[in-house]
Amino acid sequence: MKKYVCEPCGYIYDPAEGDPDSGIAAGTAFEDIPDDWVCPICGVGKEDFVLLEE
Amino acid sequence: MKATHIKEGIYWVGAIDLSVRNFHGYLTQRGTTYNAYLIIDEKITLVDSVKDTHTDEMMSRISSILDPAKIDVIICNHVEPDHSGAISAIVEKNPNVTIVTCASGKKGLEQHYYGNWNYHIIKTGDTYSIGKRSFEFLLTPMVHWPDNMICYMPEEKILFSNDSFGQHYATSGRFDDEVSHDEALYEAKKYFANIVLPYSAQVIKELEAASKFEIELICTSHGVIWKKYIAEIIQEYNKWARNVTKKKVVIAYDTMWKSTEKMAYAIYEAFEQEGYEIALRNLQVNHESDVMTDVIDAEYICVGSPTLNSEMMTNVVGFLTYMRGLAPKGGRKAVAFGSYGWNGKSIPGVEQFLKDCNYDVKAVFTHQYRPTKEDLQQITTKTLEIIKQNN
Repeated sequence: MKKYVCEPCGYIYDPAEGDPDSGIAAGTAFEDIPDDWVCPICGVGKEDFVLLEE
Repeated sequence: MKATHIKEGIYWVGAIDLSVRNFHGYLTQRGTTYNAYLIIDEKITLVDSVKDTHTDEMMSRISSILDPAKIDVIICNHVEPDHSGAISAIVEKNPNVTIVTCASGKKGLEQHYYGNWNYHIIKTGDTYSIGKRSFEFLLTPMVHWPDNMICYMPEEKILFSNDSFGQHYATSGRFDDEVSHDEALYEAKKYFANIVLPYSAQVIKELEAASKFEIELICTSHGVIWKKYIAEIIQEYNKWARNVTKKKVVIAYDTMWKSTEKMAYAIYEAFEQEGYEIALRNLQVNHESDVMTDVIDAEYICVGSPTLNSEMMTNVVGFLTYMRGLAPKGGRKAVAFGSYGWNGKSIPGVEQFLKDCNYDVKAVFTHQYRPTKEDLQQITTKTLEIIKQNN
């Protein structure tokens, strides 16, 4: 599954880890995260994330 | 005004703001400084600048060494206007000056000053030579804006840490061994609690990355330069960033007719019996930024509000909103309490805020009108049980 990076702060959403503190289980694809989820570091919404090119 | 000699060819040329008391909501009882550093090398370099209101002071200090138009390079570690506010003034003197910053620093500067400036963009690990000396950069996004970065000068063993390790502390002393040690440490703690705290995870990464540097001076962007107490301030940062708490409770409340205050003291009684350090803070007379400084190493957070017109009192809402934004983590325990007249809606409101902070709410104490001695004793007894259960 693909990783996404938060443009303002650089946080990387890694589906393998999820975001358990915000209730996003490990293994959740970025596309399947609810729309009201926000970056756990800087608080912006999903729309400010871009696909991480590796 | 004159520059302060830091090391051979390196000067402090910042500004001392003795009168500022409100820094975007943070009560700065001791004022602050905006630190800028001038380095005389093949390329004359300025590391950060000052708030625009203090441009003349910075220019005067630079002019005591050389003409500010001779500055070739400005390192911008952070876009916030208290550090970037005087860059325009240098650009006016020398339109060819090179602004060295990261990509989000450039973006932020363009969104603040709209200038068509000459940029040199760096990323983590890049180095930039100014002659005999050089900078190595480490991007530290969100400590505490997206553009934050720090830079290390290996030839001089100086870490230019920008906001990290800073203090809102205006003194005539520029170094940590020239001022009250307790005051400097307290102001560093207050700064961490009110500015840096939400980004603790990034601070830990920053500390790990910076640990490979041999550091003789930490040149911050606010307050004193760390020289004698570098190991101590790094150790404290490690504790604060890792949410290390101690046997301490914060009891913060507002009160209308003293009933909620009596409940606060009933909780106090239990923690006193158990030998806790206690910070009991009436929010009518204690500023939220001071209470946050108390919160940072506290194991228990107890918050009380009476019900006023079906709501929490605004001092309490303000404090809770501020604390929720700063998001101190680390499995802290909490208590919500308050008295009321006919509907007790404030107390679930406090409880919800505490849950939003991810605190483990151990008890909710609610009382209609005035609690009797027996009612208060029950609160003390129940609080004692909670403390003992969670030891």
